[in-house]
Amino acid sequence: MSGTRNPVTEAELHAWLDGELPEERLSDVERHLADNPDVAQRFDRYRVQRSLLGQSFGPLIDQPLPDRLTPPFTVREPSAIAAPRGGRGTWWGMAVAASLLVFVAGGTSGWLLRDRMGGRTEPPTAAFIADAVAAHRVFSVEVRHPVEIGVDEEAHLVNWLSKRLGKNMRCPKVTRGGYELIGGRLLADSVGPVAMYMYEDAAGRRITLYIRPSPNTSGSAFRFAQDGGVRALYWQDNGLALAVAGEADRDTLSGIAEEVYGALNS
Amino acid sequence: MTPPDIDDRAIAAHVPRLRRYATALVGNRPDADDLVQDCVEKALANRHALRDPSKLGGWLMTILHNLHISSQRGRRRRGAEVPVEDLADDLALSVPPADRGAVRDFVRAFAQLTDEHRTILLLTGMEGLSYREVAEVLELPIGTVMSRLARARERLRVLLEGGTQQVVRRIK
Repeated sequence: MSGTRNPVTEAELHAWLDGELPEERLSDVERHLADNPDVAQRFDRYRVQRSLLGQSFGPLIDQPLPDRLTPPFTVREPSAIAAPRGGRGTWWGMAVAASLLVFVAGGTSGWLLRDRMGGRTEPPTAAFIADAVAAHRVFSVEVRHPVEIGVDEEAHLVNWLSKRLGKNMRCPKVTRGGYELIGGRLLADSVGPVAMYMYEDAAGRRITLYIRPSPNTSGSAFRFAQDGGVRALYWQDNGLALAVAGEADRDTLSGIAEEVYGALNS
Repeated sequence: MTPPDIDDRAIAAHVPRLRRYATALVGNRPDADDLVQDCVEKALANRHALRDPSKLGGWLMTILHNLHISSQRGRRRRGAEVPVEDLADDLALSVPPADRGAVRDFVRAFAQLTDEHRTILLLTGMEGLSYREVAEVLELPIGTVMSRLARARERLRVLLEGGTQQVVRRIK
């Protein structure tokens, strides 16, 4: 059809295959294909290609995702991102270590809570984390009296603990990880009053949130500790030292810590 | 904390597609997962740059594409034969036995294309993007998209069937 005023182009043939051909050109393209069986055959092959593409790679969309590709997502420090790719294994390890970085601003030496960039202070002590883990061990296995005040009296619980600790103690009632608040209790440690909240998931797994007033502190990094089967994430924020402890994996704890942080700062 | 414009969940909704695209593009799962993770992180770090949340899907594709290009620049040598065999075998197992050979051959042939060609075939044929959308994702003129697509299809046809390649000199 090269003699006509509007010859059909290769681009138009592809547009036809992809359903992008303007309608007014449809009859010209179809006539061109009818007149040129070799071209028609070639475009048949292209069509087969496309269906093979879908058949081959399409099922990939149903593959289960690895943890690192499911939320909460992590963000590495800029220095880690700039690192060469060769050392993948190690810097992915760092990424996991920084699993709470969603609300962490960069910095080369540590991870600070975004709102507290200015005042870096001492991290909570080892004694604090030991107390939090011990409390988790003692109370999370309680069948009849895991908490002092149940979630059915949530308002009373929150008011009471807030009053005793002198801080707002509002915590998420249900977490994205499926843990529901079941209640809380007031404890005492060497420093004074401590609030403990307990969460439970559908399978009966429990996570505790341990909160101690910690005057004269500003934000600290989120830190991770493990003692036997109990893992804990702890940090300081707004005059409090906090620890989330449980047998759950680190991502789950991170997610809950993030939500607690959000609730206490809302 | 300021509420993010785009949260983890919004991005997570696109991850299966990004991962499928990345796997077909790089030819093996571990590299694909690295690429998707880099993409997600970059998106989160730059989340405020996206003005129109409805464009999230295309924006993520652009980020992934650019990350892939720069990682390829970093390492020119590309011997994809070994890993793609694993993927080809894997993918062949997810189709009926009668189609296994065809899928295996297709995945191998596809891996021999250039990145540019794989990209354009995946965005049009797999992701169902229009030429205009592909042009936006790849930040290319639409004419370039169309000519590249024509070349990619012809190259793949030759790889699949042997024979001489039809020379596509002029697209218009």
